[in-house]
Amino acid sequence: MTEIWRMISQRLLLGVLTLFIISVVIFGATELLPGDLARELLGQSATPETLAALREQLGLNESAPVRYWNWLTGVMQGDFGMSMATKMPISELVGTRLGNTLFLAFYAAALAVPFSLLLGVLAALWRNSIFDRASNALALTAISFPEFFVAYILILWLSQSGLFPSMVRITDTTSMGERLYMAFLPALTLTLVVTAHMMRMTRAAIINLLASPYIEMARLKGMSPMRVVLRHAVPNALSPIINVVALNLAYLITGVVVVEVVFVYPGLGQLMIDAVSNRDIAVVQAIALIFAAAYVLLNLLADVLSTITNPRLMHRK
Amino acid sequence: MTVVLSILVALGIFFVVGLASRAGLRSLAPAHHKPTYRDMPLTASFGLAVIVFYIAVAILAPVVAPYGEGEVTGAQFLPWGAPNYLGTDKLGRDMLTRLIYGARNTVGIAFVTTALAFMVGSFLGIWAALVGGWLDQWLSRFVDALMAIPALIFSLLLLTIFGTSVLTLVLVIAAVDSTRVYRLARSVAQGIVMMDYIEAARLRGEGAWRLIRREILPNAMAPLVAEFGLRFCFVFLAISALSFLGLGIKPPTADWGSMVRENATLITFGDVTPLLPAGAIALLTVAVNFVVDWQLHRASGLKE
Amino acid sequence: MTNHLIGQGGMTRRGILKSGAAFTAAGLILPAGMAMAQAEPVRGGTLRIGFNSGSTVDNYDPGVWDTNFVQVFAQARHNYLTEIAADGSLVGEVAESWEASPDATTWTLTIRQGITFHSGGTVTADDVIASINYHRGPDSTSAAKPIVDPIVEITSDGPNTVIVTLNGGNADFPFLMSDYHLPIMPAREGTIDPTSSDGCGPYQVDDFEPGISATLSRHSGYWKTDRAHFDGLLLLAIPDPVARQNALLTGEVDVINQLDLTTVSLMDRNPSIRVISVTGNQHFCFPMDTRAGPFNDNNVRLALKHALDRQEMVDKILDGYGTVGNDNPIGPTQKYYADDLPVNSYDPDKAKFYLNEAGLTSLDVSLWVAEAGFTGATDSGSLYAERAAAADINITVERAPNDGYWSNVWMAKPWAASYWGGRATCDWMFSTAYASGAPWNESYWENERFNTLLLQGRSELDEAIRGEVYHEMQTIVSKEGGTVIPMFASFVMGVSNAVATPDVVGANWDLDGFRCVERWWFA
Repeated sequence: MTEIWRMISQRLLLGVLTLFIISVVIFGATELLPGDLARELLGQSATPETLAALREQLGLNESAPVRYWNWLTGVMQGDFGMSMATKMPISELVGTRLGNTLFLAFYAAALAVPFSLLLGVLAALWRNSIFDRASNALALTAISFPEFFVAYILILWLSQSGLFPSMVRITDTTSMGERLYMAFLPALTLTLVVTAHMMRMTRAAIINLLASPYIEMARLKGMSPMRVVLRHAVPNALSPIINVVALNLAYLITGVVVVEVVFVYPGLGQLMIDAVSNRDIAVVQAIALIFAAAYVLLNLLADVLSTITNPRLMHRK
Repeated sequence: MTVVLSILVALGIFFVVGLASRAGLRSLAPAHHKPTYRDMPLTASFGLAVIVFYIAVAILAPVVAPYGEGEVTGAQFLPWGAPNYLGTDKLGRDMLTRLIYGARNTVGIAFVTTALAFMVGSFLGIWAALVGGWLDQWLSRFVDALMAIPALIFSLLLLTIFGTSVLTLVLVIAAVDSTRVYRLARSVAQGIVMMDYIEAARLRGEGAWRLIRREILPNAMAPLVAEFGLRFCFVFLAISALSFLGLGIKPPTADWGSMVRENATLITFGDVTPLLPAGAIALLTVAVNFVVDWQLHRASGLKE
Repeated sequence: MTNHLIGQGGMTRRGILKSGAAFTAAGLILPAGMAMAQAEPVRGGTLRIGFNSGSTVDNYDPGVWDTNFVQVFAQARHNYLTEIAADGSLVGEVAESWEASPDATTWTLTIRQGITFHSGGTVTADDVIASINYHRGPDSTSAAKPIVDPIVEITSDGPNTVIVTLNGGNADFPFLMSDYHLPIMPAREGTIDPTSSDGCGPYQVDDFEPGISATLSRHSGYWKTDRAHFDGLLLLAIPDPVARQNALLTGEVDVINQLDLTTVSLMDRNPSIRVISVTGNQHFCFPMDTRAGPFNDNNVRLALKHALDRQEMVDKILDGYGTVGNDNPIGPTQKYYADDLPVNSYDPDKAKFYLNEAGLTSLDVSLWVAEAGFTGATDSGSLYAERAAAADINITVERAPNDGYWSNVWMAKPWAASYWGGRATCDWMFSTAYASGAPWNESYWENERFNTLLLQGRSELDEAIRGEVYHEMQTIVSKEGGTVIPMFASFVMGVSNAVATPDVVGANWDLDGFRCVERWWFA
């Protein structure tokens, strides 16, 4: 196990480095994008005079490295700074939204991961049966539709009949039950969007192993097909499955902006879009770092779990 | 009632097309390939027939389409019926024509993009797993970083630098997708490189390229092929998502993703127009993955 | 259930210059002969509005407001010096009356007594001066800076009189003071606090989450007794058109703006809601850079003006919710609108003729579009290209990213899509986007005669002469201007039948001139 701990600590250190690199890249990227905060804030109504005045007020006339350095030193001290566009502290701006985003991501993951793994195992077990074909065809159809379109269809069926609200209004007084009820449609949309990927990878990884000699042996010993799959195939198929699950979990945190927009859900995605289009760099940076941390941590988790499930990797020469 | 009826009709079409295409393949295939197609499941033959049909439509688009790609043929939202068999869109362009040209643009772009993403992603992923050490560490952290840059910023940036052409579109989506392929290929290959036969091949003195091509890739094929079937479909969606930012394919070029988006609001009133392009994508996705499943089954060596 | 209300354009703006007082007796002057069938407004209820806009950067600073969420939010909190009534006429609000010097350079405004801020305290001349001065000066970043720049001096004469001196005569000055950027806010040490929600309008803010929602409740001391009928307001940002429509259909909101035009007719079948559509000054356009070829040749511009089917665009892009534009930015509802101008109709032969005049047999041009330019710009470009082909004009439609459109494309590329929400007067519109050297002269158009007439019309107090001046200017801009204006787009709103609306709905801006919160009530 010391191998694992060494790997985790090494990767966490590298993770911090990755975050630093990303912050440079994101800063550079937003700098490269045409237009700046002043231009975007004033929009169509900007004049050269008002632009110059606003740039002066916002401190945009400082050189880019100076602004980056100021930002970095702030972050080092735990101060993510102020959003220049909204004049609010970033921690406040991002805080509640991060909570909302994580809530929706966990909600969707709690529905999608068990559901798709179960479907995948069953499809592998009863491969080439009607169940296998039908569940595959349905899951594939669901992901062929863009997310917003899936959302619209759910609104047509489940919201216009009055079963579920199409808008999520979360206030401080909203109870957990209400939250779960209101966020059901967005969570269901996300579930439909990610299920096919995880389910098909589970199925493929299991089927890939079923012709192996050791599975053959287990079968010849008279083990039930279910037991063969669960005890012998699944553990060895875990690595690609874990990676795909991690990918989809990362997506649930970072990629749900369309679903947020359709269901009027106040999450990080919309804030990110606003911040990018306003070139509000400090906000973009903060959110990008959160997203990056999600990727780094989930990829690390996937690698750790893969390693644990494959003893050979633990003892690399 | 209509739902039951349409399901029955769809199943009917499925069996007829599947059986016909299997029979066709059997008779056309060269002698040594005949066994391949004998045990082919109906789903796979159906899938193949659909893919061939799409490719034919894509290639022959100017011949089979009744109108020009951007031609305004009449009033907007005409109902189904001759001469506009699937009606017209918002601008009065023939829906059938747009779907046919959409096949050409969308399928072509999706195929090239996915192929590119897989070549780059799986080669680097397997290489990293094979060599390990610092190369693996650096490549993987680089991919972490690439993945972690929000897709929005990444696409905006690349498109700002390189402009909005179809080539850029392909490169941007391929770059984003290849990071996901890399993660998968690496994780699959890691399991394989520990096997004794790889060790044996190494001791034989085989080079990295040969190892990847001859020893690892064939054994990593199954998950990669499965992933290919899905990534292919994700490209349609990526194009649609980019067109939301105003970055997609240049008008009046037709592509299915944008066609779904343009007509999507109609669905909440029960109008089926947006289901046409969405259905075209879905049918292709299902078809491709049915074929993938068949290949997967063959590659696994299962006899049942 | 569709009410196609065309703003009352024929209305005269009776004697606003000589005596504003005549206008202020009633909050809203109804046109003569208009049926008063509606029941008397009743007080009560919380109006819930779903907006197409709303961003996390929305704030209380009047200098930066530019989306209808903040604009309506502002009108709910604030009063202005003047108000453009639903019929297009000007009425006093914080300013009770006004008087111009004979050359229209000095304006004396009388401030209404007894208006209170939410925080207590009455509105005085000092508050007015501070509110206007906030937008003036070299450090100002306000979008309203060009409006207040001509003010040379603004002083008070007692607590209820403000005297404004302009650098040149402007007969429309009181109109300009209705601009949504210029609310009257409480003065503190000579300036206003742009981070405060305090105002003297009908509602005060209870809660505001930028980009999500705002809740307001009625200001108990509001001075108008016949307005602001709701107990409270809930303003919601619902940018997705389907989510917005669905919210109205399922009763989660009472009013939504910017209906998705594709589905308006389907929506209209629902018996519990109605669609309100008003045509005002909002227009969509394609300005060309007239400084360089090929657009510096008026023959090329005329060829392009005859190479698009305007009616088809209105039918297909606006689904009929709008009117054909004639390359004239003055809307059909405006007082000085020239309704007798020859129409720039779709005529490929004429377009070819003008191309020949320019010494060309065919023309290849690029048109940059993005949905940020206006909704439907991409499709409009496709239609334009399709129709222009018949005149040997090849238009390549270049789709630009929405992101950064106003910085990189608009006024940067030679020909691009744009829109104007419209301005209430000819002078305002022309001097904003067509006058020589104006910062938003998007076609970089220079016309000597036009510029001379602009100055003449601005300081002219005689309405007959003004009418002639503006008629000639509209002729010039339509025949020689650098902007193709294919259509005037209506404001299309969905309203629950629980909400009552007046007979005339304002056409100057969306949602009853942003004033639905104060003019509408629950039936």
